Amino acid sequence: MVISVAEHHSNVVPWQMACQRTGATLRWFDVTEDGRFDLAKAHAENLINDHTKVVSITALSNVTGALTPVREIADWAHRFGAVVVCDGSQYVPHYPTSVADLGVDLLAFTGHKMLGPTGIGILWGKYDLLDSLPPFLGGGEMIEVVRMSGSTYARPPHRFEAGTPPIAQAVGLGAAVDYLNAVTEGVFGAGPQGGETLLSGMSAVAAHDEVLTEYGLDKLLSVPDLHLIGPKTPVERGSVFAFTLADIHPHDAMQVLDSMGIAVRGGHHCARPLHERFGIQSSIRVSTYLYTTTAEIDALIDGVMEVRRFFKVGS
Amino acid sequence: MIDLHSLYQDIILDHYRAKHHSGLREPYSVEVSHVNPSCGDELQLRLTRDGDAIVDVSYVAEGCSISQASTSVMSDLVIGDSTEHALGLYDGFLEMLEGRGTVELDEDVYGDAIAFNGVAQFPARVKCAMLGWAALRDAILRTEGEK
Repeated sequence: MVISVAEHHSNVVPWQMACQRTGATLRWFDVTEDGRFDLAKAHAENLINDHTKVVSITALSNVTGALTPVREIADWAHRFGAVVVCDGSQYVPHYPTSVADLGVDLLAFTGHKMLGPTGIGILWGKYDLLDSLPPFLGGGEMIEVVRMSGSTYARPPHRFEAGTPPIAQAVGLGAAVDYLNAVTEGVFGAGPQGGETLLSGMSAVAAHDEVLTEYGLDKLLSVPDLHLIGPKTPVERGSVFAFTLADIHPHDAMQVLDSMGIAVRGGHHCARPLHERFGIQSSIRVSTYLYTTTAEIDALIDGVMEVRRFFKVGS
Repeated sequence: MIDLHSLYQDIILDHYRAKHHSGLREPYSVEVSHVNPSCGDELQLRLTRDGDAIVDVSYVAEGCSISQASTSVMSDLVIGDSTEHALGLYDGFLEMLEGRGTVELDEDVYGDAIAFNGVAQFPARVKCAMLGWAALRDAILRTEGEK
């Protein structure tokens, strides 16, 4: 089983558990110093080979913001007949998504990162693959015929939906998807310049992201003693920024920013192995979405400068 | 507006910048490792006891100013006193932190630790302040049978 060192724990721990159950070996892509998948190293060590059964990778790191070359990796894995699983939790809420273009076999993402409720997510899979998989939970709804001597199971998707579904969450997620599909450029922040076509739906979200990525990188990289983790150029990169600030512990920085009404996350962001890879224990993470404005990034920069003053950096 | 200075008192920042009794020393009776899984703070702590006396507490830690300073202050308070005294201090310190400002520590007993009174107003940081104390308590309890 092949994953990467940049995965969220939710794409690490289940595979470790599967390896324990099956005796499979877990291997992983390393990242380069700027947080991109190190494909050269992976090829040099034949990371994906005849023994590979599953390759499971994020499409966009929740720490570095680096976009993964999913298609290239999927094609490599498919040459060896491996199943390709993609964690789209960060990617799908920010970009128009085509599973055909990504070239993956299974794609998972979560409602709470796309304006939807918690406790619900989506697994898309190629039907024949889903049909070949056994149920993982038993109960109501997932059966075909139940006899005391044994049961048969429903076809996908019901096979994987045992018990009463999260109905309210499903309605909420549906509403979130409808909203995202209908949103138009300019609702938040700058709209198109004269003569350009008005983007809508996920194209508008992606365009807004692009503006914030470039603006955020430019501003953050100008802060003294700020060390950004991840690509420093707005190329193949999303608008999530993780960084350290001098030797200030992220929890302390977070507390000062919080007192100014600025919500960031301090910690390892459920990506401890990636932090270890960069020789740090934790970082401060800023993430944006379609409602984030460039003025809010300016406020963040003011906040970061206040953190420096509060903890007497450079004085 | 939250009063940051009630949380980050000068005593805390002073201990953070110059931790007392930091480093791992020999000999020791027991070594424990504690983590705060939500933020990743890690502490490795050694307790050296002679019967009921705490001879030394040594540690290496990675963590925020609150957890580091609290461990430093704790080591000052417990080294040279009895394990029973240390466990009593633990109880009182925890009671204060969980008291949301209703419990104040006695300066004559707690010394620099009274600077953590402000942490009680920040429930998310209680675990930070308790990390070193929890490790010490664990170390004492693990060695209770060996005295």
